[in-house]
Amino acid sequence: MSAVTVEATSAAIHVSALHKYFGENEVLKGIDFQVDAGQVVCVIGPSGSGKSTLLRCVNRLEEPTSGQILVEGIDITDPETDLDKVRARIGMVFQQFNLFPHMTVLQNLCIAQRTAKRRSKAEAVEVARANLAKVGLAEKESAYPAHLSGGQQQRVAIARALSMDPDMMLFDEPTSALDPELVGDVLAIMKQLAAEGMTMMVVTHEMGFAREVGDKLVFMDGGVIVEEGDPREVLADPKHDRTKAFLSKVL
Amino acid sequence: MYAILVVVVVFLAASVNWTKVHDNFWAPGLGGNWHDLILTGLKNTVIYTAIAFGLGLVLALALALLKLSPVAPYRWIATVYIEIFRGLPALVTILLMAFAVPIAFGWHVPGGTVGAGLLGLVLVAGAYMAETLRAGLQAVPKGQAEAARSLGMGPVATMAHVIIPQAFRVIIPPLTNEFVLLIKDTSLLSIVGATAGQRELTNVARDFLTSGPTAGTGTSLTQVAILYLVISLPLTRLVAWLEKRQQRAR
Repeated sequence: MSAVTVEATSAAIHVSALHKYFGENEVLKGIDFQVDAGQVVCVIGPSGSGKSTLLRCVNRLEEPTSGQILVEGIDITDPETDLDKVRARIGMVFQQFNLFPHMTVLQNLCIAQRTAKRRSKAEAVEVARANLAKVGLAEKESAYPAHLSGGQQQRVAIARALSMDPDMMLFDEPTSALDPELVGDVLAIMKQLAAEGMTMMVVTHEMGFAREVGDKLVFMDGGVIVEEGDPREVLADPKHDRTKAFLSKVL
Repeated sequence: MYAILVVVVVFLAASVNWTKVHDNFWAPGLGGNWHDLILTGLKNTVIYTAIAFGLGLVLALALALLKLSPVAPYRWIATVYIEIFRGLPALVTILLMAFAVPIAFGWHVPGGTVGAGLLGLVLVAGAYMAETLRAGLQAVPKGQAEAARSLGMGPVATMAHVIIPQAFRVIIPPLTNEFVLLIKDTSLLSIVGATAGQRELTNVARDFLTSGPTAGTGTSLTQVAILYLVISLPLTRLVAWLEKRQQRAR
């Protein structure tokens, strides 16, 4: 364990020299990136810029081609690392919610607690109910996902991730699949989480959220980080031409 | 169109020698121990079907998981197995298992030749159901496994709690179909020697073709044919209903 690890332990997520190929196509071209504990980092960029791939490398849903990723100082690219244990500490929320359709809301929240954390049924249910209440859906615990709106499903998905008591949360375009009028409820919960000090990495198109809640904004394009900094500064006064071009289209 | 159909049916009915049909397919007086034997046969048909289906399903699940494995040699093993046992006639597999394999390997399967033949049926059923299961497992969206894995669930828990239950919803109609096919395929076991208590429906009927008061007529086969229909028709109707319900659920 060298100086790299010691230095990196202060960071929740520390990515260095990350490359990712899909076949011949290089999607990430050497990413150096850091999220400190308690920080909210928003990642923006055009589609195909590699932002979702970067996020998915952090819990190794995508296999990095080369480079190093430390999560709370643990090298998750090391084959010796117990991935399931690390993943249980990283909550992830998907664009398409990915709730388990054959389980009720409560079962969705309990299954990983029971199998991965080996919690007793009573404890799992207690944690699940607390998190459902937190996202304002306590009365939906017996419903099946198909009977919920998109916004409700995404809130359940957040509650499911929170039920594992994660140290950090990854959000992969959490509001992109939602009807506009349902976006606000999900963003409100994310704001609340940020206010509670949760470490968050958010791939998003919600510039308002980034400006209001983000501690750092990262703009990616073409597989590289083009610009990063304080969200208010980057959004108001982008330094790089590509950032300017992108922001002029979305703002 | 219907008029033509009616004419053809009437013509066929008129041209048939009904006395001969009656004597050959519905001769009176099967009597004797027919009733007891046919009940034993019915019981054995149901038992053999259940065993072939149950063990075949376990085998099929193992083969389907091998076939979806990222490890190439595992996929090859499953592919070779499936192609061989789907390519062979079930009757040939049953005969090989009943007569050649026990001698070659010095086995003694419980149940003698019937037990060995039944094992052959399991091997065939597993090969057919493996393809159905593989399709069902692949029909589950990739995001489901990703969600489970990102929550820290291991590969086994993900399969058992998330993927397999959803796959089974998709494949219940084709699996029921497979079950009906297996009911009928148990009749192939009548080819291997069985003790009186081991005989299934077709075997029982076959004995009565050459012995008993209706020897020389097909009466026992007709009655067994009706029994097969009584079991399989409700199941095929069930498949149709399940498929309809599934389409509506989409």
